[in-house]
Amino acid sequence: MARPNQVPARPKGAIHSKTQWRDRLEAWQAHHSTCAIESLIRLTRSPLQSLLTWLVVAIATALPATLYVALQNVQALGYNWQDSSQISVFIKRQTAPEAIERWRTELSQQAGIEQVDYISPSDALAEFRQHSGLGEVLNDLEENPLPPVLLVQPRAEASQGAALEQLLASLNDHALSDEAKLDMMWVQRLQQLIDLASRGVFFLALLLVLGLLLVIGNTIRLAIENRRDEIVVVKLVGGTDAYVRRPFLYTGLWYGLGGGVIALILLALGLGWLSVPVAKLANLYHSEFHLQGLNFYTSLQLVLLAGLVGLAGAWLAVGRHLRAIKPE
Amino acid sequence: MIQFSGVSKRYATGQDALSRVDFHIERGEMVFLTGHSGAGKSTLMKLIMLMERPTSGQVVVGGRNTERIRAKQIAHYRRDIGVVFQNHQLLFDRSVFDNIALPLQVAGFQNADIGRRVRAALDKVGLLHKERQNPITLSGGEQQRVGIARAVVNKPALVLADEPTGNLDPELSAEIMNLFRQFNELGMTLVIATHDIDLIERMNRRVLHLEQGRVVSGGGV
Repeated sequence: MARPNQVPARPKGAIHSKTQWRDRLEAWQAHHSTCAIESLIRLTRSPLQSLLTWLVVAIATALPATLYVALQNVQALGYNWQDSSQISVFIKRQTAPEAIERWRTELSQQAGIEQVDYISPSDALAEFRQHSGLGEVLNDLEENPLPPVLLVQPRAEASQGAALEQLLASLNDHALSDEAKLDMMWVQRLQQLIDLASRGVFFLALLLVLGLLLVIGNTIRLAIENRRDEIVVVKLVGGTDAYVRRPFLYTGLWYGLGGGVIALILLALGLGWLSVPVAKLANLYHSEFHLQGLNFYTSLQLVLLAGLVGLAGAWLAVGRHLRAIKPE
Repeated sequence: MIQFSGVSKRYATGQDALSRVDFHIERGEMVFLTGHSGAGKSTLMKLIMLMERPTSGQVVVGGRNTERIRAKQIAHYRRDIGVVFQNHQLLFDRSVFDNIALPLQVAGFQNADIGRRVRAALDKVGLLHKERQNPITLSGGEQQRVGIARAVVNKPALVLADEPTGNLDPELSAEIMNLFRQFNELGMTLVIATHDIDLIERMNRRVLHLEQGRVVSGGGV
């Protein structure tokens, strides 16, 4: 019978240390998976407390996520409305009014154009005087600095993409035209508002993350208190800090991941609830707009991010409280 | 195995637990540590376990100057020392087997290896048939034997026992001491703190007697 310890002589030392190293790695992996599973089981053993923590995490995650989704939708809506942008054509200053009038008529008969309005320099000045409050100053001007302008409203089908680009180019290239510009002021304003709101959402998310760190940190602190005896014994029999820390870190991770998943569910429920009225409203405005939720990758990111926050909260608590527990 | 040279320990409270303690314990010895409570027995054990650091002096354990062992290395250092407590410090949320397996799990042993070693340790203390039970269901003597199995399962070179028979009747105490003697015969160095004078006299081993933080007898080899 072959006995394993009677294998022909080999450089035993090296092999021994190699297997030991591999054993340790395997034991380390085994401890990780044991910790992961055991900490999850531990959570299910106190279902009410775990559920409450999960809900807190879920709400704190769902709140900024909802705002984020809302912003994404407003932005999408903004792109929809951008279709109806008009083009301002600034005309060379010395152009005769008759030439402008001729071009205007020509343009209004063009296929892609809905409407063309003419604003003469004096109209523009009058409007400017009214809105700027610079009446007196403007009286001192020797001549009117404002150019004549044609406001060109493209038809819906020519109001985006290549058709719009082409129209814009042709208006720019016309002999009478000084410059043609897409009038996107309000779109830009909307964009600015969205940027501002994004920062607001980011700030809110940051605050909520801080809150989450505290909540999870506190929950982990209680878990550590509950297992004080075990920690003392483990430390006495030579458990490293990493070994002691591991189950608590997994607990934090589970709190985060679980909360993230519940947040996704809450978000989906909310969107489902809103989508029908939104679609009806959009229909009234002859819009194809419909609510967009998070896609797969963003959802995944959200859950992972919540998991990371859970892990970080646990890390903070563990760092603070495990050091305080010493064998006596 | 253990060498104390001019070791003093003063706690933050100003209390002098040990003052200028010198002694040497050889590898393979079985030594009793006696003295009234407060004489410094626990402090001495804590210094060996690196639960405390000396205020002055040098503690050398297994040829290592403990002064040079940094905080991060303490865990690994402790794996070579088995400890038995008076209140045995068993965990009641797991079986006898899992309690004894703890030092092995911590040290990263393989599961198959753990099973083999835990059963060997249980066999030595005569509790092989109780491995699946929760230690809370065991008697005081049995619990202490589980504690001893946990201390020796890793086959440490040094075992410290702090009042291991403190709560046990004379018969059980003698049983526990017998166990210790068997481990000593296998080559383990044992340091046993106790004030059970009868027991010590029957064992006929070296006694290190502490009084008010000083070694008053048994310090030499």
